[in-house]
Amino acid sequence: MLETHSTAYDSKIEGNVIFTRFDAALNWVRKNSLWPMPMGLACCAIELMATAASRFDIARFGAEVMRFSPRQCDVMIVAGTVTYKMALAVKRIYEQMPEPKWVIAMGACASTGGMYRSYAVLQGIDQLLPVDVYISGCPPRPEALLAGLMKLQEKISRERSFRNQKPELVEGFEAGLS
Amino acid sequence: MTGEELLASLNKAFGEKIQNKTEFRGETAFTISASDLREIAQFCRDELSFDYLIDITSIDNFGEEPRFESVYHLYSMPHAAHLRLKLRIPEDVGAVDTVSDIWPTANWHEREIYDMMGIKFNGHPDLRRILMWDGYPYFPLRKEFPLEGLPSEMPDVAFTKITQMEGGPFVTRPGTAPSKDREPRARPPEL
Repeated sequence: MLETHSTAYDSKIEGNVIFTRFDAALNWVRKNSLWPMPMGLACCAIELMATAASRFDIARFGAEVMRFSPRQCDVMIVAGTVTYKMALAVKRIYEQMPEPKWVIAMGACASTGGMYRSYAVLQGIDQLLPVDVYISGCPPRPEALLAGLMKLQEKISRERSFRNQKPELVEGFEAGLS
Repeated sequence: MTGEELLASLNKAFGEKIQNKTEFRGETAFTISASDLREIAQFCRDELSFDYLIDITSIDNFGEEPRFESVYHLYSMPHAAHLRLKLRIPEDVGAVDTVSDIWPTANWHEREIYDMMGIKFNGHPDLRRILMWDGYPYFPLRKEFPLEGLPSEMPDVAFTKITQMEGGPFVTRPGTAPSKDREPRARPPEL
């Protein structure tokens, strides 16, 4: 039923064809073009801007396209202190982002509330959103944000993207095989 | 006119209504009663040229009566003089006249005091909360309000939870010690 071609042995196109898993190709595309949602709420946003600028150049990792519309974003970088007044606004913006989406909690405040142990500050954005990468520091240096972004890229490259996103197709295919 | 001459004319105009005069680093403070506030404030602005209301602050003397205190920090641009008016507000009154028509900047200062301390301002044009959201049930800077907060819930607007203190609030130490000794660290309150 499955028809196989001898493409790999065709000397005319040999070397132009790569065999890989579909997930690996999909993840490779995704992880190298992460469009960030700059959720800048405090001083971490200054470091985020520095990361985006020429000296540190987040474009080297394909994440230079900061979008201020959540509908065009892949990764939300929560940079700064999340107050309770802002918390549901952050959640609403996250919910407007299309799947697949990831969250980086940048700095002590976004990760745990940081030094703001008070009535006004949400003690970590992970109480509201699923956080993929936490970055320590107050504020973290741009290198730390880049390291966090690379950690997220590693994480994305290990994801089972196709199965997670289209489980009905995978199940249908496996049912057809058996 | 110097600051002293300004004070002399203030004394001449109000006399008995001005009490507990104190001096600190060339800046004068005195206590007035809440009912005289608007009269004295108007006089200070129009006659004594205290044209700049720097700030209004409020104090919660928890356990004392009268409980609340508000402080008006005035500055005169033409004479480069400072002046502070203090007045006490009993808890059962909990309100004082607005000065937002005398100094428009008082509008937001008074909203902040209402938000944080719960003191109302009679005649204020728009007395809503300014930092917390409308419908937040507490006044966070009152002494009986715990630092870790109290739970509250307003669907689709905001919520609050009790903060885990785990070693106390993060506090900076003043002084000239090395920065690692001064920087914010979890320090239990020294009671």
